[in-house]
Amino acid sequence: MKDKLFRFALFFAALIILLLSAGIIYSLVSRSLDTFNEYGVWGFISNAEWDPRKATEEYGALSFIIGTLYTAFFALLICIPFSLSVALFNGEYFKGTKVASAVSSVVDLLAGIPSIVYGLWGFYSVRPIVIALGVNAQGFGVFLSSIVLAIMIIPYASSLSTEFISMVPNNMKEGAYSLGATRLEVIRRISFPTASSGIVAAYILALGRALGETMAVTMLIGNTDRIPSGLRGTGNTMASVIANQFGEADGLKLSSLIAIGLILFIITAIINLIAKMVMKRLTKV
Amino acid sequence: MKRLLLFTSLLFVSLPFFLSSCKTGSSDSQKGTSRSTISGAGATFPYPYYNIVFRDFMRLNEGLTVNYGAMGSGGGIRSLRDRSVDFGASDAFLTDKELETMNGEVIHIATCLGGVVMAYTLEGVESLRLTGPLISDIFLGNVKKWNDPRITSINPGIPLPNLDITPVYRSDGSGTTFNFSEYLSVVSPEWNRVMGKGKALKWEAGIAAKGNPGVAGIVQQTEGAIGYIGSEYALTLNLKTAKLKNRAGRFIDATLESISAAANVDLPDDMRATITDSADPNAYPISLFTWILVYKDQQYGNRTKEEAMELLDLLLYMLSPPGQKVAAQINYAPLPKQGLEKNYRLLRGLHYGGEPLFDGLTEEKLENRTEDGADGG
Repeated sequence: MKDKLFRFALFFAALIILLLSAGIIYSLVSRSLDTFNEYGVWGFISNAEWDPRKATEEYGALSFIIGTLYTAFFALLICIPFSLSVALFNGEYFKGTKVASAVSSVVDLLAGIPSIVYGLWGFYSVRPIVIALGVNAQGFGVFLSSIVLAIMIIPYASSLSTEFISMVPNNMKEGAYSLGATRLEVIRRISFPTASSGIVAAYILALGRALGETMAVTMLIGNTDRIPSGLRGTGNTMASVIANQFGEADGLKLSSLIAIGLILFIITAIINLIAKMVMKRLTKV
Repeated sequence: MKRLLLFTSLLFVSLPFFLSSCKTGSSDSQKGTSRSTISGAGATFPYPYYNIVFRDFMRLNEGLTVNYGAMGSGGGIRSLRDRSVDFGASDAFLTDKELETMNGEVIHIATCLGGVVMAYTLEGVESLRLTGPLISDIFLGNVKKWNDPRITSINPGIPLPNLDITPVYRSDGSGTTFNFSEYLSVVSPEWNRVMGKGKALKWEAGIAAKGNPGVAGIVQQTEGAIGYIGSEYALTLNLKTAKLKNRAGRFIDATLESISAAANVDLPDDMRATITDSADPNAYPISLFTWILVYKDQQYGNRTKEEAMELLDLLLYMLSPPGQKVAAQINYAPLPKQGLEKNYRLLRGLHYGGEPLFDGLTEEKLENRTEDGADGG
């Protein structure tokens, strides 16, 4: 009896999760229908115009999609050398030592900092440096948000990479050493290839995190509704435009914002799916 | 074990009901004889003022509740049209066309004034003069540097640096943006053509932040930034603000007095007046009214005459010296005399199925609420 009850409770809990996800998708789709009916799915995605004025109202998601991809990929690029070296430090050179566990717990701590704190830090501390570097006059923009984003995603990329690098079988490495390989050669020829799909999966997950990051980016990117002119330019990401404009929006604008939310949902879902597939390939090997 | 489970689940299921029954029980007993609630909805700009003045009014009237939902002017107008509230509040008056769509004749009672100020951050520049067309060019991206000859020529002797101007605007839809763009549409043909007016625009230059606090935060922290901020917020923060050239050609600081002065013009009898770029020589040019909208005939739906009287009393209280003083305390500009008189005249027209509501006021209340102005009307 007790066992049955427990099973039922578990089943019920799992079902609720499924229903909730279905509900989220349903409400996103149903509320964004107005926009897709007006512009068509591709028309909405490929249009860079965002004009909320009643007389010339027109909404397109392209500038925010590009803004999102731009900041996220640039952040990923910046984060790679840092997270990879942390992973090597913890998973290879100082594997199992106290120093490694100290470093890894500090890195994990980074993941626990609320994003608004990152936003404030970027606003007050990183922005003056960006201005001093002469990136642009006011500091806000793709460059500033990417730097802060990069630091935010380091723990996601490094902790998984550490796992996979430390999982590389010792006998393979020892074999290489016995053939006279240097440590660098072992890392390049043995550790990286063996752990590669795990490392790639880690970065894909970190990318997914960077794509959806809202608060810190909203505070730092400048919130202009156009395609960023470059690293020095300002822009808006899909998440930040929703955070900025959702409050007072109604009608077609509201529907367009929800449509952007739906697109973001799909993009992050695809990213996570890819990461899972890459990891599955690893476990097969 | 099982019993415990059952008990806790029962507790959780029944808790909300229990709490809600508690709530209604206590409020019923509190209300006692008069059970009235006045409800309103609309503009967010005057919300801090309404919050305090309604609280004061509730303290004076035991058992009466005033609810105000700050859902934006559009929502307030819709709610009044549906008659789901007793009054609507809006930062923009209804056009003749909009008035026709309402469920009866609506009157506009101006409750206070506000302005939009230009806040800036420039080291060593304590006083800055700007004109409307210049602001327009700054936000259009035509004037890019602080030492542009067009700025230096009206700011003689002020050390303006060779620094990029960073215009800061609102990223969310906002009445402040509407008022700012409306003013620029009046004074700059180019603005009117390229940008137009609206609660949200398609901007040419600068960066954006959410809400007055967001804009103020960026302006304060960025050397060379200039942004437009609601006066009620900027005056409280004591931000450095620019003097603007008004229609009379004078450069005016944004203060409660100069904003109030903008209403010292011939106001229409129905109070539906735009006072941006006011002709008064002491007026700050980006000033505006905010209104409460009520139906002239208060007999509709299930309304009783008492409820209508309470609404009238509330409006009179807001216009009375204590009500207006509260406005000034939190940096909303009080109404000048002429505006008050026109308001009172409009309120005298309120009726309940033909019976003028003003006649129902006791002498004492009339005197309390309308110390000056009402008798002139």
